[in-house]
Amino acid sequence: MSRLQARDVVRSYGPTPALRGVSLDVADGEIVAVTGPSGCGKSTLLHCLAGILRPDEGAVRWNGERIDTWPEAARSRLRRTEFGVLFQFGQLVPELTAAENVALPLLLAGTGRREAGRAAGEWLDRFGVGHLADVRPGAMSGGQQQRCATARALVTGPRVIFADEPTGALDTLSGEEVLTQLVQLAREQGTTIVLVTHEPRIAAYADREVMLRDGVVDPTGLGLDETLVPLPAAGPGTDPR
Amino acid sequence: MSTSHVLLGLLAAGNRHGYELKRAHDTRLPRAKPLAFGQVYATLGRLQRDGLVVTAGQEREAGPDRTAYALTDQGRAALAGWLAAVEPPMPYVTSALFTKVAVALLVADLNAARSYLIAQARAHTDRLRELTAVKTAPSTTLDDVVAVDYAVAHLDADLRWLRTTLARVADWHREVHP
Repeated sequence: MSRLQARDVVRSYGPTPALRGVSLDVADGEIVAVTGPSGCGKSTLLHCLAGILRPDEGAVRWNGERIDTWPEAARSRLRRTEFGVLFQFGQLVPELTAAENVALPLLLAGTGRREAGRAAGEWLDRFGVGHLADVRPGAMSGGQQQRCATARALVTGPRVIFADEPTGALDTLSGEEVLTQLVQLAREQGTTIVLVTHEPRIAAYADREVMLRDGVVDPTGLGLDETLVPLPAAGPGTDPR
Repeated sequence: MSTSHVLLGLLAAGNRHGYELKRAHDTRLPRAKPLAFGQVYATLGRLQRDGLVVTAGQEREAGPDRTAYALTDQGRAALAGWLAAVEPPMPYVTSALFTKVAVALLVADLNAARSYLIAQARAHTDRLRELTAVKTAPSTTLDDVVAVDYAVAHLDADLRWLRTTLARVADWHREVHP
C-alpha cells in the first residue's frame, strides 16, 4: 500500500469548488508531478496532502492513518518531522540568517543549538550556498534564497517533500539547478516528492505526472478539453464532429 | 550537422588519429546520431583531398598503424568561416510533425489527425521525462546536460505546438474540406 494517499478529496473555498473528488496514491520514494492549468486545484491538493488544509470530504492517509482528522497541532508536528514543504517564495524568515533559517525546523523539533547549526551548515554546503550562512535573505538573489529554502525543507530528513511551483520565481538556469539538486538528493535518500507545477519541462523531473482539470484528475493526461479527444471511429461519410 | 566541420574543430585542439577523433566526437556531442568509424575515415579522406588536413605521422602501438591528422591553414580558415556564419533561423517551416498533421487532415478525418497529435504528445512527454532523468543522474557530465538542454527545449516547444494545434485542428479541418 502506498504511504501517502488521497481518497475522493473534495475541497471548496466558500461557494467555489477547488477539488471535486480527487484520489491519488504516492509510493515511497516516488516523485510525482501534479500539473494542470491555473485554478485546476493542484495547489489545494498539495495543501490537503501535506495536512495544511483539511478536505471538506474524503480522506488523506499517511502510513495508513487518516491525518485529515488530526488536530492542527498534530498535523503541524508531522510537517516539522516527516514532511517538508517548499513554496514558490517568501518562505525564509527575513530577520534570520541563512544558517538560522535552515536550523529553525530542527530547533523547533527539539534538536540542540550546536547540532542544529552543524546540520544547517552541511545542508547549505550541499546546495552550494554555504558561504551565505551568515547572510540574511534580503541580501540574497532569488535563486540563493530558494536554495536555502530547499535546504531548510530537507534538513529534518523528511520522508516527503511537498513543493509548490518551487522554481516559479526563478530564471530558467537557477530553477533547473535547484530542481536538479532537489531531485538528486531525494533519489539518494529515497525521499518522496509531490511537485506542483504548470510547466511540462518541470513536470518531466518526476517519475509520473497527474494532471488536474477543474478539480478532478484529467483522464486524457494531457490537459485537453475532453471534446478534443478522438471520438470512437466514425463510419464512412459520418461527420466526425 | 557537418561531420567535416566537427572533425576540423576537434583537430584544432591538436593532431589526432581517426580513433581518437571518433572518441572525442562521442564525448563532446553525446546523444548525437552515432558516427561510424568508416564515416570518420571517409571524411578525413575528403578533407585531405581538399587540403584542409594533412597526415602528421604514424604511430604503431599494439594494434594496426594509426595515422594522425593535422589541420592546415586552409582547414583553419574553413573552420573559422563556418563558425562565424550564422545559421538561417528556420528558413523553411518543415518538420515531420507538422507535415504529418497536414497530410492526415488531407487524406483522413479529423479524428485521425487528433489521434496522431495525442499519440505524438504522449511520445514527446515520455521522451522529455527520459532526457530530463539524464540531468539528475549522478554520473552526468556537462556535455550531457548541454546536449539534453537543447533537446528538452525543443521537445517542450513541440509539445506546446501539439497542444495548440489540437485546439485548432477542427477549424483547420473545415478550412481544408470546406
